[in-house]
Amino acid sequence: MTEELLPVLLIVVPILGATLPLVLGLFRERVGWAVAAGTLSVEAAVATWLGYAVYIGDQRVVHVLGGETFGRKEVTVGEFDTEGFIVGIELVADALSGLLVVLVALVALAVLAYARRAGPRRNAFYSAYLLLTGGLMGLVLTGDLFNLFVFLEIVGLMTYALVASDRSGASAVAALKYLIIGTTGASMYLVGVGYLFVRTGTLNMVDVSRVLAGEPAWVENALYSEPLVVASFGFIAVGLATKAAIFPLHTWQPDAYSESPDSVTVLISALVSTTAAYALARITWVVFSPDFFAANPRTVELLLAIAAVSVVAGSLLAAMQRRVKRVFAYSSVAQFGLIVMAVGTAVHPAAGDQATQFAVYGVVVHLIGHAVIKGGLFAAIGALNSSAGARYVREYAGLAKQRPFLSGSLAVLGFSLIGVPPAVGFVGKWYIGLAAVEAELWPLVFVVFASTLLTLLYVARLLEKLYFTPLAAETDTEPRPAVAADGGGSVSYGMVALAVLAAVLAVGLGFAGAELTDAVQPLVEAIQESSPEVHP
Amino acid sequence: MSRLVSATAGVTGTPLVTDILTNQYTYLLFALLLVIGLYMVVASSNLVKKIIGLNLFQSAIFLFFVSTAYLGESGGESGQAPIIPKKAVAYDPYASPLPQVIVLTAIVVGVALTAVGLALVIRIYGEYGTLDEETLREVRADD
Repeated sequence: MTEELLPVLLIVVPILGATLPLVLGLFRERVGWAVAAGTLSVEAAVATWLGYAVYIGDQRVVHVLGGETFGRKEVTVGEFDTEGFIVGIELVADALSGLLVVLVALVALAVLAYARRAGPRRNAFYSAYLLLTGGLMGLVLTGDLFNLFVFLEIVGLMTYALVASDRSGASAVAALKYLIIGTTGASMYLVGVGYLFVRTGTLNMVDVSRVLAGEPAWVENALYSEPLVVASFGFIAVGLATKAAIFPLHTWQPDAYSESPDSVTVLISALVSTTAAYALARITWVVFSPDFFAANPRTVELLLAIAAVSVVAGSLLAAMQRRVKRVFAYSSVAQFGLIVMAVGTAVHPAAGDQATQFAVYGVVVHLIGHAVIKGGLFAAIGALNSSAGARYVREYAGLAKQRPFLSGSLAVLGFSLIGVPPAVGFVGKWYIGLAAVEAELWPLVFVVFASTLLTLLYVARLLEKLYFTPLAAETDTEPRPAVAADGGGSVSYGMVALAVLAAVLAVGLGFAGAELTDAVQPLVEAIQESSPEVHP
Repeated sequence: MSRLVSATAGVTGTPLVTDILTNQYTYLLFALLLVIGLYMVVASSNLVKKIIGLNLFQSAIFLFFVSTAYLGESGGESGQAPIIPKKAVAYDPYASPLPQVIVLTAIVVGVALTAVGLALVIRIYGEYGTLDEETLREVRADD
């Protein structure tokens, strides 16, 4: 009973908390961190409770915003029956969103440990930080297509603000580029939603899915082959692919990651694209359902082709970069390519039940695994930057001796990214590869294999510098000019601990692969049966 | 949609499709504005003009939503604004309020985006003294 309130709390708590740093900032300076830590602790507790209710209690927690007036109504107007359509906005925590909720809450809390020393320390920064967390929660929990757009834009707005939060010119340029491309992407998504709304008359994901399948009496047949519906999938896929930074639409992402303050890079690399990819997966699987793609095999083939290109191009671009942050920024392009590839594989007409199952496992495990790995990698890189001033790959020469913990975490996370067993990166890639094999999509199998080799290319280059290039060989041993940033060139335990924690988790989650895949079993069944709702 | 509008408005019979012929021009305008806006975002090298293009692009989408809610002449009556007095006995044809609410929300989002975008533009101008993308690239390459 009380569980129904949890999804609302998850969104409301950080948004209300976001006002506090500004208000309290009138009386005391630098109160932001403490407020954020308190708010996000509550958030993490609520998220864990919700996760418990969803996975241990086997519930599908639904909350309809607005009280008694709203909800599923049987209204007959004239000769038309609304067939139990929803009135209002639903928040849904099911087998898919539950995992993301826990991920967002825990990562947002953990990154605070990093931000305490690394800054920025202004109160406004923490307001934006909390608003971003609230937006991400909403994005994950909402069951309404238009509401998803609103949260997408809240997340976008806060990300633009956070990217530019160190007040440098370069970050402002990066943020503006992100704003222009990101907003165009979100607007594309809105066009797609508009088309769907015009055809189905509803915005609720479950209801849209039902109308598309031709369930209500006032729809003669399934609407899957109508041009308007196909076009709407195109717009939605392009919009969300822009937000997730898939290859030709990724151009905002390396600048945004590399110019933003280190704490922001950790947060957005772990969560922002992840939730966009989640939204794409949810809409592809649950709203459009495999039947849509059986009617339009071209659309999914196109999606797979773009994703495959993204994997290869992203990896190659990553290998060509000289700045470490950019290396891993492009690496995200490749990894999200893999995820979108698996999203497409799950609904490909050639995919049997087995292939769908493996593809869904692959998406979920890699989505969570990548968030942990990439967040940890950027934490390690940021800490190496503020302690040793190393920003370029060549400056990493011999750093392993001076910074054993950070270098060690970087190595473990790097290997996890490549997909060395037993780390979580391996489990995700293994399922994605296995799904492609089961569906007999051989080009994709090749791409998964190639992505591993290409990841090895850029990770090994970095590790070779860290561990095997002597310090004096390449760079002069002059102490580098300390960057007089907000952090003052020092590293706190929190920063190192976050990197180490991520490394431990990246390996630990690998062993928990079976638990993760069990948790999303209801989702797999829902997709296999083309059911619009994920029931436990 | 036509069915939904008629369903919420309580009109039986004539679908909207026939009316669209007379109202179709808004959809054409939608497509035109969408493409012009996108072209401005891509082609203009002035950062402020890019943001104007973005606004145009979004306005096109608002126009699309509002157009879907519009109820033209159907059976001698055109759609009213969806404000239903409490004492109303019969339902007149009312325009669907949902797309209008959507547009209202989207406008708010658009305003916020414009504000953030312009704030960034001001900072870029303060830092580099230019709003031109090409010049900006040259200035930054010199750094």
